Amino acid sequence: MTAADDALEQVVREEWGRLVALLLVRFRRLDLVEDALGDAVEAASRTWPVDGAPDNPAAWLMTTARRRVLDRLRTEEVSRRKQALLVTDADLRQEGTRTMADAGSQVEDDVLRLVLMCTHPALAPEAASALSLRLVLGVPTHDIARLFLVPEPTMAARITRAKKRIIGAGIPFAVPDATVLPDRLDTVAQTAYLAFTAGYAPGSGPDLLRAELAGEAVRLVRTVLGLRPDEPVLVALLALVLLQHSRRDARVSEGRLVLLPDQDRSRWHHDEVEEAMSLLAHPVLTRPVTLLTASYALQARIAAEHARALRPEDTRWEQVVALYDALLDLAPSPGARLARAVAVAEAHGPAAGLAALEGVDIPTGHRVAAVRAELLARGGDPVAARAAYDQAIAACRNEVELAHLRERRAALG
Amino acid sequence: MKYLVLLIGDGELKPWSEHTADEQSEVMRRFEAFDAACREREGVEVLAGEALAGPTHVTTVRTRGGETRLTEGPYAEVIEQLGGFYLVEAPDLDVLLELLRILPAYDMQLSPAVDPY
Repeated sequence: MTAADDALEQVVREEWGRLVALLLVRFRRLDLVEDALGDAVEAASRTWPVDGAPDNPAAWLMTTARRRVLDRLRTEEVSRRKQALLVTDADLRQEGTRTMADAGSQVEDDVLRLVLMCTHPALAPEAASALSLRLVLGVPTHDIARLFLVPEPTMAARITRAKKRIIGAGIPFAVPDATVLPDRLDTVAQTAYLAFTAGYAPGSGPDLLRAELAGEAVRLVRTVLGLRPDEPVLVALLALVLLQHSRRDARVSEGRLVLLPDQDRSRWHHDEVEEAMSLLAHPVLTRPVTLLTASYALQARIAAEHARALRPEDTRWEQVVALYDALLDLAPSPGARLARAVAVAEAHGPAAGLAALEGVDIPTGHRVAAVRAELLARGGDPVAARAAYDQAIAACRNEVELAHLRERRAALG
Repeated sequence: MKYLVLLIGDGELKPWSEHTADEQSEVMRRFEAFDAACREREGVEVLAGEALAGPTHVTTVRTRGGETRLTEGPYAEVIEQLGGFYLVEAPDLDVLLELLRILPAYDMQLSPAVDPY
C-alpha cells in the first residue's frame, strides 16, 4: 500500500463524519451528500497515488465533494425538480455555512447533530444502526450488510429508505431540548450496542469476520463518547463493548467456538481490558444513573470479573452471581437468568446450577438446552445429558457452535 | 412542515366517561396548555384542531368497481378510537414531539403533509 493510500484510508476513517456533517450544514441534501463524498474518495484513490496526497487531505475531499454537490444542484435547476431539504435547527440556520477550519467545538456539535439524526427514535432500530455506521463512520455498505447478515442490495435499500424517511418525517439535524437529550443519548447507546451485538449474533454460516465488524460499533461508541466525554451511558457502554470485544481472537480456534473457560487468555486484548477497567472507575458511574446505564455498567462489571481472572479457576464466581442478581433486579431477562445459572453452577456445583436453570425458557435457540446438557454431564447423568445435547443440536443454527455441541455429545461416550 | 396529529386512543388513560369532574378539567387544562405553548413557540401554529364524534356517528365511504357504498362505523378498527385531531405547522418532528408531551398521554399518529411546491 502506498503512502497516498494510507493517507486516504486514514482521512476517511477519521474525518468521514465531520465531512458529512459539514456538507449537510452547507447543502441540507441528505440524498446527495453521501454519494458526493463517495465520489470524492473515489477520485482521491485515482489521483493521490499519481500526484501525491495533498497537504490537507480532509479539505481536498471537502472541496471535491462540494463541487460534486454543486454540479448536481445545477443539473436539478435545469430539470426544475424541487427537492425537500433536511430540517436543521434555528441556531444553525443563523450561523450559516462552515468550513473544516472552523472552531473544533462547532464542528463537534455538527457531528453530534449527525449522530442524533441517525439514531432518532422515529427510525427503526436496525435502520438507525446501519445509517449511523454509514454516515458517522463511513463504513462501506457491503460491510454493514455482512454485519447484519443481509444481502448488500437489501442493506443499500434500507439505508436509502432511512434517509428518505428523515426528510419526509421531518427528523431534524439538531440537538434537542435539554429535557429530552438524556433519553436521546440512551437511544444513541442502544443503537450502537445493536450494531455491536449484530457482529456477535450467531449466523447461519461461518462468521469469523463479523467479530471484526463489531469493532466498527466499538468505534461508533468511542466517537460519540468523544463528543460527550462525561455521558454515563456512553462510559458504561464503551466499557462493556471493549470487554466483550477484547476476547474476539480467543473465541474461535481453527473454526471452532472456544468457550470462556477454555479460552487462551493471553490472546485477549489486554490493552482494551485496561481501558475498560479505567472507564468503570469513572466518577460519573458512582452517581445515580439511568436504568440503561446501570444495566450496561453491571454487564461490564460481570465481564470485568472474568477479565481480571488470569486463570478460569481464579474467577470470583460468588461475585459474578451477586452481579447477576443485581442485574436481574434491574432488568430481568431470560439471557441473564441463563448466565446466572452458569455462574451458580461454577460457584456451588452442577446441581445448584440445574436448580437455578429451572423455569428459564428461551423458545428460539439452543442455549438453555446446551447449558442443561453441560450441567447434566458434569453432574454424572450422561443419559439425560445426551437427550439435552440432542435437543440443543436440533435447535442450533450456527455452524461453529454446532460443531462444539456435537463434540461435547460425542465425549459422553 | 405541516403535520396531521391524530389522537387515536386513550393509551394508558382511562376512557373519558370514567374520568371524575376534576380529572376532566385536568385534561382540558392540558389541551389549553398545549394551545398556549404552540402560540408561544416560534415557527409553530395550530392550523386546525377538533374533537371528533364517536364511532357510532361515523360513515365510511368505499368505491369498488365504480360503485360507491356507505357503511356505518369507522374505516378500520384502529380508527374506531379516533378522538380528535390537530393540524399543526412545526419546524420539525422534535419540536412537535416536545409540544405533544403537554397533551394527555393519548396514542397518536403523526402524518406529515406533502409539500406541493
